This record gives sequence, structure tokens and C-alpha cells, in this order.
Amino acid sequence: MSKLEIRDLQVSVDTEDGPKEILKGVTLTIESGQTHAIMGPNGSGKSTTAYSIAGHPKYTVTGGEVLLDGEDVLSMSVDERARAGLFLAMQYPVEVPGVSMANFLRTAKTALDGEAPKLRTWVKDVNGALDRMRLDTAFSARSVNEGFSGGEKKRAEIAQLDLLDPKFAILDEIDSGLDIDALKVVSDGINAFSGRDGKGLLLITHYTRILRYVQPDVVHVFVDGRVAESGGPELADELEANGYDRFLHAPLA
Amino acid sequence: MTVTQTPAETVAGAVEAAPGAQIESHLNPPPSYDLGDHPAPTGREEIWRFTPLKRLGGLLEAPASAPVDLGWAAAGDALPAGVTLTTVSDAEARELGEVPPNDRPSALVVEHADVVRLLDVPAEAELDEPIVLDLRGTSAEDVSLSRTIVRIGRFAQATIVLLHSGSARHSALTSYLVGDGANVTVLTLQDWDDDAVHLGRDAIRVGRDATVRHAAVTFGGDLVRLNANVEYDGPGGSAELLGLYFADAGQHLEHRLFVDHNQPRTSSNVVYKGALQGERAHTVWIGNVLIRKVAEGIETYEENRNLVLTDGCQADSVPNLEIETGEIEGAGHASATARFDDEQLFYLRSRGIADDEARRLVLEGFFADLIRKVGVPALEERMTASVERELARTVRAGETA
Repeated sequence: MSKLEIRDLQVSVDTEDGPKEILKGVTLTIESGQTHAIMGPNGSGKSTTAYSIAGHPKYTVTGGEVLLDGEDVLSMSVDERARAGLFLAMQYPVEVPGVSMANFLRTAKTALDGEAPKLRTWVKDVNGALDRMRLDTAFSARSVNEGFSGGEKKRAEIAQLDLLDPKFAILDEIDSGLDIDALKVVSDGINAFSGRDGKGLLLITHYTRILRYVQPDVVHVFVDGRVAESGGPELADELEANGYDRFLHAPLA
Repeated sequence: MTVTQTPAETVAGAVEAAPGAQIESHLNPPPSYDLGDHPAPTGREEIWRFTPLKRLGGLLEAPASAPVDLGWAAAGDALPAGVTLTTVSDAEARELGEVPPNDRPSALVVEHADVVRLLDVPAEAELDEPIVLDLRGTSAEDVSLSRTIVRIGRFAQATIVLLHSGSARHSALTSYLVGDGANVTVLTLQDWDDDAVHLGRDAIRVGRDATVRHAAVTFGGDLVRLNANVEYDGPGGSAELLGLYFADAGQHLEHRLFVDHNQPRTSSNVVYKGALQGERAHTVWIGNVLIRKVAEGIETYEENRNLVLTDGCQADSVPNLEIETGEIEGAGHASATARFDDEQLFYLRSRGIADDEARRLVLEGFFADLIRKVGVPALEERMTASVERELARTVRAGETA
């Protein structure tokens, strides 16, 4: 059993007008075996939560903590967080020209495991992961994300999730820009991952569409840098029907 | 970090901005065998303003001691069948169509080199293996003056590699006379020791419908200043000028290109990539392209990218496009100097890859396409290894910082 705890997380970013507070105290706990969805309008801090947990240098944590099985995640470097078992699938995966997917994946797997994967099974594993995401095995030879279509980038993120096999995966708007066929492929990959023993999933999404394919145990609604409400899957249904209006126009406390 | 660069301009803008049609090129002095036409520079001249003259080790004057030979004398023994290396007289060199010197160091080479060497690849030869010329110096006290003509016969296909290592004060004038329809790759690799000085002029005359790929790859040396000049001997020629350099603390690595589109329907493509690290690492890239009035239907593109790895470096990057006719297929240039991309590093590190390993991957990727483009498989591993060795220095420096 693993546990990812986010406690009163406060985060700001530097802007031309000085630091701007984005997260104003986010608290939620994910246990392995669970799928949590974070929903919310644009600018509510969903992606900031994801990138702050992963350690993106653009975000400054000004308060609170993130614990993975009791270990202080925020004091770890970006790569240490990954080696501790965290994975972030990005909304806009970054192109790395000249670095082949095969080289990248092997280097990452070696870094995570502390030893190089066995060549024979590894090639098979990579091809299997690409194939499950309906990516041609020729993708191995292509530069990381370079020239990939939007959908290919997202499917490549899930292929990485499959191969790198973290404890907790944070998926930041993995569904945006996907047509329905790609959405199903990606959802199958997500479900295959969360079906493994001891995996936790934090799914960040703007739309309820993906929740028809990936069943959340808990849904959190983000508004203005805080969790405005948490509930079961029925909360997503309500958002599907009514949108975010109820949260945005709530009477001032 | 200081960066000078000129933003890309549109062809239309450049045409309008082009001065009267009478100019030759104000950026490139005319060639001449007369040493008097090449006075000692003061450092203020356009072509010398980036170069620290004091570090040229006397290569702007007649040599004080007898020049040494870096290995040309022995190079003739290991040539592919049909290829010859001989010496010719000064008069014969001019008769062969050697491209005359256009700056003082190359004029001094003509004046003081012991011999003129002719490397001859016969017409229609198809060489399976590269011609490798291994030039090694033994001391930075030694002066080496090398005057060479490389003649590639019509329809020949050849790869020529010049490996520079060890140490010397080396000044070279090399004319590449490429016959009609020939296809030649030239790689000049500078793996010098830290105290070497290397001035070079590679003057390339591209025959009708010939294809030339010229690559300058520079890792070593205290000061390296290489000119690669291209002119065309007929329509339809194509030239690709590639470069890779990696400057460490104190190194001055300067690469100057001049493509003279003096014939119609010719093409040129320039890609130079560099990395810099350490205090006073200095790189200079000058990309001059002249499109003469006669050069209708030509196509040219040049690109220089620099990756600055530490504080205290300077990358100068100056593309110049002079256009005397607008009747062309295309002309453009790009220049960019940047640090490591934080987003790329974050992406790699978010997959568990440690910072130094992530930097190595990005840098290897930065150069990988270029090394492949050089198209000399036998040297690819050596170049990649050199990049990694250079980077290991930053990583170590970073750890102690």
C-alpha cells in the first residue's frame, strides 16, 4: 500500500507583476488502488498542482507539503521524485530533437531501476507498449515527441506510463485534443495501469468525457486554487449536467 | 553571456536594402596573390574584428623558423588506388586554377610554404573508403604552412578527411577544385591540443552540377579560425556547409563562411551548431552569402545555433545576406543562441533521468542530426565521443562549483 498526501499546498508563480498565488491550500490524499479525478474551470490550479508535485522549476511552493509514503517529496529533485515512484503525463509533452524514443526510454528505465533493462525483453516490452497505444514500432527511432501529432504525443505518454510503471501517476489533461477513438485507446491504457497492484492515479481533466471510460473513485472540484468540493463519481455526473456555475457563482462566505 | 545576432530578414526586405548593383562584396576582400594587397590587420577590419590577433602566434608575419610538415610527406603512402599526392610548382598551382589567397595568413602561406601539394582524384573514380589525411603536430612552437590543391575529377565520388591533432601553429590554404558532376564530402576535424593555433582557408570551386559537402568540426585548439569559401564554376552546383564546434574555457573558435552565388541555379545550405562552456569560451560564426545579379534561380539557406552551457561565454553569430537579384528560388537565414531548454530538461528528469544525464542527452541530440549529416560513418563515433568528453568537463565543473 502506498499513499500520496497533499497537505495545504500553496504555490505561486513569478509574473511580470511579481509573484502570483495560484494554489491557496490544496489538501487531498490518494491511496494506491484509487483513482482520483480533479476537475475545475480554467485557471483553477489543476495543472499547477500536477506540475508542483512533479517539481517544475516555474512553480514556487510557499507552503504545505507533499508526502509519498511519508517521505517529503518537495525536498526531492525532479528526477528523485520520479525515482520515488511519481509520474507526470503532460498536457504538452516536450520535443527533444535528436534523442530517439528508444534511447530516451532505455535511459529512463535504467535510471528508475538502477540497472539497464535486459535487451531482449526490453525491445519486446517497448514494442508491446507502443502497439497497445496504436503507435507504429517505428516511433522508437523517432526523436522524442518531435513531429508527433497531438494525439500521438498523448498516446506516447501513456506508453511511457506502461513501461516506466510508477507507483502514482498524475495525468494532466491527457484527454484534451483526442478524438473518440484515441480517447478509448488512451483510456484502455490508463485502466490497464490502474488495474495493476498498488497503483494510484490522479486524473486531471477539464471535461467529464474521459470519466465515461476511466471510473474515478473520488472527484475533486478545484475553484480558485482550492478544493471546493470532493465527492464520488456522482459529482462528475452533476458537473456533466450543470457545469461549473454552481461553484463559480457560490455566495461569498 | 554576450550574444550578437541579426534577426532573420525577408528576401524582399533584403532586396530593397541591397545597395547599388556595382558592389562585389564589402564583406570579403578580393583574392590576390600579391602579399601587398593583404596588409597586416589592426584588428579593426571587418574580417578581423572578432579575432584576438595577439594569440595568432606570429602567423600574420613571415615565419621566423623553417616550417614543419605535419604529415603530408607520409600521406601519399596510404591512398586509395588511382589517387595521387604530388608536389607542383607555384606556376603550376596557378595554372591548375588554385583559388588565390584572400587574407594575410593565406597569402603568407603562398609566399612561404615549401611546396604546393596536389591531391588528385581522377575523373569518374568512385572511392569506397574515405581518403584520410592524418596531420599531427608536436609543439606549439612549430609553424606549419600548408598549401594544397585538391582536385576532384569530373563525375568522381570521394570523401576526404583531414584530421588535425597534437599541437602546432598551423596555417593552411586549401583549394578544392571540384569537377563537373562530381560528388565530394570534405571533413576537417580539429582535435588539437589546448595550445594549438590553426588558421585555414578552404576555398571550394564547385563544378557544373557538382555536389559538395564540407564539414568543419572543431573541438581543440587555443585559437582556431577557419574560412570556408564557396564559388561556382557553372550552373547547377550545390554546396552544403556543415559545422560543429565546442568551445571550452579560454578557447576562441571562429568559423567564417562565404558563399558566392556567381552562377545561376546553384544552391547552398549552411548549418553550423556550437556549444560553449567555461570562462571566456568564445565562438564566432560569420555566414556571408552573396547572390550576384547573374545568379538567377538560386536557393540558399543558412543557420547557426549555439547552446551556451555556463556563464562567462560569448557566442557571436552574424549572418549576412547580400542580394543583387530578386529572381531566386529562395534565400533565408536563422541564428539562435540559447541556454539549455528548461522544459526539455524537466521532461527528461520527470522520467527519472538525472540532471547531468538529461543534459548529455539534450546536447547529444542537438548535435546528432548534424553528425549524421556529415555523412562520414567512420568518424561518427569519434565525433560523438568528443562531444561527450567535452560535456563531461561541464558536468565535473558543475559538481565542484
